[in-house]
Amino acid sequence: MAKRILTVDDSKTMRDMVAFTLRKAGFEVNEAEDGRKALTVLGGARFDLIITDLNMPNMDGISLIRQVRSSAQHRGVPILILTTESDSAKKADGKAAGATGWLVKPFSPEKLVELVQRVCP
Amino acid sequence: MSGGADLNNPLAQFRQTYFEECAELLDALQSQLELLSNGQGDAETLHAVFRCVHSIKGGAGAFGFAALVAFSHVFESLLDAVRDRKIAATSDVVALLLRASDALADIVAAARDDRTLPAGFAGDVTAALEDLLLGASDAPAAVSAAPAAATAESAAVGETRYRISFTPHSEMLQKANEPLLLIRQLHRLGGLSVEADESRLPPFEAMEPEAAYLGWVFTLDTGAPQSAIDEVFEFVEDDCELRVQVLAAPAAGAASAGPAERLAEDGSAAAEVPAGDLHAAAAPSVHSIRVDVDKVDRLVNLVGEMVITQAMLTEQSGLLPADQYPVLIQGIEALAQSARELQESVMAIRAQPVKSVFARMPRIVRDLAATLGKEARIVTTGETTEIDKTVIEQLNDPLTHMIRNSLDHGIEAPDVRAAAGKPRQGTIHLAAAQQSGRIVIEVSDDGRGIDRERVLARAQARGLVAPGATPSEEEIDNLIFLPAFSTAEKISNISGRGVGLDVVKRNVQSLGGRISVQSRFGAGSRFIMSLPLTLAVLDGMVVSVGSETYIIPLTAIIESLRPHPADIHPVVGRGDVLALRGEYVPLIYLHSRFRVENAITNPCHGIVIIVQSDTAGRMGVVVDELLGQQQVVVKSLEANYDPVDGISGATILGNGRVALILDIARLREADCQSGPVRPDGNGAWRAGAADVPALH
Repeated sequence: MAKRILTVDDSKTMRDMVAFTLRKAGFEVNEAEDGRKALTVLGGARFDLIITDLNMPNMDGISLIRQVRSSAQHRGVPILILTTESDSAKKADGKAAGATGWLVKPFSPEKLVELVQRVCP
Repeated sequence: MSGGADLNNPLAQFRQTYFEECAELLDALQSQLELLSNGQGDAETLHAVFRCVHSIKGGAGAFGFAALVAFSHVFESLLDAVRDRKIAATSDVVALLLRASDALADIVAAARDDRTLPAGFAGDVTAALEDLLLGASDAPAAVSAAPAAATAESAAVGETRYRISFTPHSEMLQKANEPLLLIRQLHRLGGLSVEADESRLPPFEAMEPEAAYLGWVFTLDTGAPQSAIDEVFEFVEDDCELRVQVLAAPAAGAASAGPAERLAEDGSAAAEVPAGDLHAAAAPSVHSIRVDVDKVDRLVNLVGEMVITQAMLTEQSGLLPADQYPVLIQGIEALAQSARELQESVMAIRAQPVKSVFARMPRIVRDLAATLGKEARIVTTGETTEIDKTVIEQLNDPLTHMIRNSLDHGIEAPDVRAAAGKPRQGTIHLAAAQQSGRIVIEVSDDGRGIDRERVLARAQARGLVAPGATPSEEEIDNLIFLPAFSTAEKISNISGRGVGLDVVKRNVQSLGGRISVQSRFGAGSRFIMSLPLTLAVLDGMVVSVGSETYIIPLTAIIESLRPHPADIHPVVGRGDVLALRGEYVPLIYLHSRFRVENAITNPCHGIVIIVQSDTAGRMGVVVDELLGQQQVVVKSLEANYDPVDGISGATILGNGRVALILDIARLREADCQSGPVRPDGNGAWRAGAADVPALH
């Protein structure tokens, strides 16, 4: 069964890029444009990985991570955050909130797949 | 060779490094297998072979080259069995290993070029490897023993042994980081042995389901840098206790000890090394560094420029009164010395053993021998001879063709050989040696040799040799390098192989080299290539023509003289020739060839430099005067201007002026087209006169 990944980002370009790359690598990918939508999509479904941006309207990435880690069903799902190089404080925040790892923008498709496979083989 | 690699993409860079390593490993694999196949191998050879395949496989896993992993795994398993003497290294087995190494090279090349190989590629080899393995696994405990043997293997050359202690905190698990995945990633870096620390494990009823209780100590042998290990733990370093220690890199071929015993040794060794000195302790194992060729080229270029500036300073300092500026003049002399040494050292960086080219030849022999239905082996000597990298890269084509030529035209069919009282298997000997500032590479075979009667008959038929002429044996042998000869009907049929020996000769000449052949009919032929050590520097004779300055490569010069008017003879259709000790040498007037004004036009008032090239033969170059002998740094004319016929490059002289370097081999051809001196239009004369002067 293909691994299922949720990519959360308010930028459609970024969502498309992540989704395209991961689908090509054989993953099943769902998309959400902010934290709140992400929680809706997660619902009662099974996901193997969440990749989330931090700065988003409605519900940001940090809140999303906290919500996921405190939910009974999804608390064990690995979460990768997308950060920018200059934003190391946010990386630490994300980590403290319970993120599994991070991906620094800009990233190459290879790097993305490599990182995803690292936490979600 | 950063070439197309994207420097912003670390994966592309690692990938590039991996394929560079693969090329080296494949070369090493090939030469070690050759040793085995010649019966010169020992236990260490087998270990070396194993390590090559093992390292290729290790990297392939990291990059996800599935086909490569799969094939190298089977290959490695068989090598492991051979190494452990579960399978004897009979000649059949070694032959299979050679085939497997060829297939491995193809699979690596496919991965490198992002090509997908056809399904079932190397299927026969894989099947043969698997069959052998299957037979061996009948031996008791063979299969279960294999992994243990693999971990007991001491770290290979270039690998470092790390001891990594890792104890996750509960937070790590709560953030969905899985220790097993980390361990698998570590395993991808190299040989891994694991010891679990379960001392903190509470009684079952006291166990918290989400708490972390276990710790691990890993021993990792890897060629990857420590940063690769750090990267594995990148996400968890705040949520665990982690210690990475470098243990001394084990010596190659060290006797295998049991894992536990070795761990204890390593542990004590590490304990004696203070933490800050860990890198220092590992340092002696580093014998080489990888440097981008572009960087070396830039260095070579800069040193070249510096030598030119230094030459200019030396020249200018000669004008100063020595008693007034003694320190300055001494300093400039010292600078000249250091500059020369610096230049030699930099050139030495570019030098590489010819092994990398030689190692490709056995496969060519195997493949072609099979195609031609012949039996042949190749013996190589002098592989460690070093030569400039640029020369090495361009050596492959001429060498390949010469080997093919020897195999096709030289080595006879097995039955023919047997009838002639020779061993059925022919031998091609490939040798390299350094001789008086040049590299000499010989390809010799014990085949049929050159049939001079047929060669001469053919040359006469093609009009290359005048009827009734009696060229010497050596002259006949060298006829085979003439373009008109080798594009003609072949003495034996190897059509479809592309080039003739004339192309080989041109290749060699473009490298500043010479090629000749010696042969004994029935006993074999020997092709001798002589190449310069480097293309970047040239010993030249500086000459003046009018107000212009030219450089003539010293290697081409035989003598220089001021002729007597009685020795100059105009020949209709050929221009002037110089009678020189009974031989007629055509004269090339540089002033006319390059349209220089105010030059000395009468050779008896100037100087005639007798030069020789392999294609154009002897000729006399008429110049005004000789200015001196000098080492010059060759600058490409193509790269900086445009190619010019008769000119091989340019250099900058001490006085800052540009001087053109004459291309002796092409001077005459160019002269034929545009100069005032023209031959009779009969190409045969030129070829005949050039290579076989006695014929006309």
